[in-house]
This record gives sequence, C-alpha cells and structure tokens, in this order.
Amino acid sequence: MWEEIPPGTSAHSQAEVFSLAVESLNCKECGASYELGAAFFCESCFGPLEVRYDHSGLDAVELKRKIQAGSRGIWRYADFLPFAEGERPGDPLEPGMTPLVKADRLAERLGLGEVWVKNDAANPTHSFKDRVVAVAVAKAKELGFETVACASTGNLANAVAAHAAAAGLDSYVFVPSDLEEQKLLATGVYGTKLVGIRGNYDDVNRLCTELAAERPWAFVNVNLRAYYAEGSKTLAYETIEQLGWTLPDRIVGPIASGSMFTKLGRGISEWLEIGLVEGELPIFCGAQAEGCSPVATAFADGSDVCKPQKPDTIAKSLAIGDPADGPYALDLARSTAGAIESVDDDEIRAGIRLLAETTGIFTETAGGVTVGVLAKLAEQGAIDPGERVVVYITGEGLKTLDAVRDSFQMHEIDPTLESFEREFAPAQVA
Amino acid sequence: MSITVKIPAQLRAATGGEGEVEVEGGTVGEALDAVFDQHDGLRERITSDGDLRRFVNVYVEGEDIRFQDGLETAVNDGDEVTILPAVAGG
Repeated sequence: MWEEIPPGTSAHSQAEVFSLAVESLNCKECGASYELGAAFFCESCFGPLEVRYDHSGLDAVELKRKIQAGSRGIWRYADFLPFAEGERPGDPLEPGMTPLVKADRLAERLGLGEVWVKNDAANPTHSFKDRVVAVAVAKAKELGFETVACASTGNLANAVAAHAAAAGLDSYVFVPSDLEEQKLLATGVYGTKLVGIRGNYDDVNRLCTELAAERPWAFVNVNLRAYYAEGSKTLAYETIEQLGWTLPDRIVGPIASGSMFTKLGRGISEWLEIGLVEGELPIFCGAQAEGCSPVATAFADGSDVCKPQKPDTIAKSLAIGDPADGPYALDLARSTAGAIESVDDDEIRAGIRLLAETTGIFTETAGGVTVGVLAKLAEQGAIDPGERVVVYITGEGLKTLDAVRDSFQMHEIDPTLESFEREFAPAQVA
Repeated sequence: MSITVKIPAQLRAATGGEGEVEVEGGTVGEALDAVFDQHDGLRERITSDGDLRRFVNVYVEGEDIRFQDGLETAVNDGDEVTILPAVAGG
C-alpha cells in the first residue's frame, strides 16, 4: 500500500527522501538514550521515554508528494511513526483521515469567526484511540509479542480488543468495573479477556504497571507507551493537510493523561521544523472535567505539579486523576499563551447538545468537555473572532448514552392526523 | 516494625535481583532510607534533593502517598510499600 517513488522522478536521491530514521528512545527529563525496545521510563530518573527521529536531510517537497500518494489513513504518515524503513505495516483496521468539518453554526452560536471540528469518532472503533493502538499493535508484532494489553477508561479498551482481534493476537483489557455499559459491550464482543477492576482508573493503571513487569505482554500504554503515543501525532498531520497545508490559530482538545494533547504539539512542531507547513505553533487550550481536573487546577494555580485527584465526573474517558503527561501539557499551554480550563457535568451535557444541534455530530462526554471549554473560552472573550479554531472531538456519543438520557422529550401520539394536529397545532395565519 | 518495599523490575539490578526488600521504619521516608542504605545507587534514581522524583509514585498498601502525608505517611508492621514509574497510562 506504500507507494515507492519511481527512480528519476526527482532531482533528489531516494536516500535523501527516505532519510527520516527512528533512532532511539530518549528520556524527556534527562536525555538518556535507550535502544528501541519495550521500555517506557528512564532507569536513571524515571522520566518518560520518547521516540527520537533523525529529521536531517529531508526534502519537504518530496515528502509532501509521498504523503499525498500514500494510503488513505494514518499510514500515509509512516515516515513520522516509529518503524524502521521497510517495516511499514499494512493494517486491516487502518484508522485516520477522519472528517474535519467547518462548523459555522457552532461558531455563530458562540460568537466566533471560524471553527472546525475534527470528528475523530469516525474511526473503526469510534474514538481517536484507534490511532495510537494501530501504532502500538504494529510495534508489538514487530517486537514479537503474542499478547497485547492495556489499562483503559473505555475507548482504549474498545480499540485494543478490536485491533488485537484483527491482528490475531491475544488480548487482556483492564478497566474500572463501573465503566459505561456501552463501552464494556463494545469491548467484550471482540473476544478479549475483559478484566473489571474494583477501583478507579488510577488503580487500574497501577496494577497494569505492576503486571507489565511480571508478564511477557505488550501493554500498549505502559511498556509500549513511547510508541503508542506517537499515533496521536497523526491527528495534527491530518488537520494540517485538511486545512490545505496550513495551521489553525488555536487548538482546543481534551486532556486525560495529556498524551494526545502534547503529541498534537509535537506533530505540528515536527512539520514546522521540516518545512512541511509554515507559521508558528497554535495556541493550545486543554479541556478537563471539573470532577477530574488535576491539570486545569495546576494551570490555574500557576503550579508545575499536577496534584492527583480522585475522579468524580460523568466524563469517565477523561477520568485520570494522576495524568502522566500533565506537566508537559502545562508547558505546552503556557508556552503558547493558551489555557487549560474545566467544566462541570451540566456544562458537559450542554456541550454534547450544542455540538449535536449545530453540527449533527453526537459526541461522548469527553467531547462535551471539549465543546464546553470552547464555549467557556468564547464567553470569556479569550478567543479573537478572527481566529481559526480547531476543536478535537475524540469519541462517539453512542458510548455514553446516559449523559443525554432524559435531556429531551418524545412526542407520543396515536397514528391519526387528529392526534398529530393536537400535538403540533398549525401556526395561526393572521 | 517490618516493612516490605517492592522494587520495580527495571531497578532490580541495584538490589542484586531482589524484587522485595525487608526494612524497618515508622514512615515511608524512613523505610525508603533504609532501602537506600542497603543498596547503593537507588537513592539518586528515586529521589532528588530529598524529595521523590516527579515521575516516581509510591504506594502504601496500594494507596498513593500523595493522598496521605507523602514521605511522612505512617507505615505499620507488615505493610507493603510499592515503588512504581508514574509515566504509564492514558
């Protein structure tokens, strides 16, 4: 599915075009370098490891042409994902290239100029998690793992179970046992070992961190987290392509662990550095639920430390009380003159309705958080009407039906014209 | 007071391969100090300027010490203290 560039089509050699290389895993804190294996934290300082690439000698024009000639999903960006040359995998559940919708009625309702909605619910298992899992499962296969696993608030569980099934791998999926029924059903159906933990997500995460040291499994968001996280960069790349190779002025996205939020920044920075897009990093605004807002609280307090919280919110997919990338999310928001805000459960429900009524997109509670924060920022006057804003909707409303239950009324009538007319009396003509 | 401190797999080279270290102490800080005294090199990897590094989590009987009194959190005879990297999840 990857189209090789025929010889003689460019003044540049193929060696130059293909010179992007995955080099190592590097500690984000102390810079220590590690081999490309199933490692996720620095043995010297416990800092997170991140994939390092060699971007030198790239030709932006050729790279752009290659991307445009690539597959219709995330693997068109394989040069920016953690696979060695010649090992770019095919993928029966290839996610990506989800719609970027111009949301004029949403913008009008909020008094804003230009708002775009990146609807990432339009992925194979209906959330952005398909992107990170596609990358992690491909890496798990490359590293020789036969079993994949994860600690999940729901969407990741769906994606791991499905992608493992597609790849013919065994899977174990660990979730809080009180998760929404829709997310449990949409996980168990794939034949995974679904493990409900009597505790919150942070308890699940702790158990999985311990298990990762005991079992020879690829925990996508533990020992393969450095690779997994790279998948979120494709959201940034797609946005740039879909905006005609230009950048938005502002990004509004949800924050749970902070991984996706920070990788949006990394993806854009990479393309700015290479010259695939011009301009500067957009203003980054993060969205959290008030009932689980360790990053928003640290932002408001001017602190660099995200004090952990015990989550209590309907936005269960964002209910991470101890966010691993919280400090980096704070750095990104602050360095771009952005913000990290939170909204309460009623504002989350209102956000879901506002998006549905103005765009026809039904999002889950995480999307309600994001739209709620967009509305809050608009109300504060924090967004200039001249700005181009992109809002990231990361999950599907059918997975959190309780959030909209009883929020509207059905008109029940008899199957007669009279009954209909009684319910919907025609407007009086003057 | 006997406390069991569980060592993450990636740091067991520093404990001669041991996954658990038995120590004495009345608080988490005292228990960790006792581990560091036994095993050179662990102190600087887990702490910086006397505090836990920001990507290190410590639990007493499964409860994060940041919800308690941090390194001053009291430990009881037979308690299990677990050291884990904080960069997982999401």
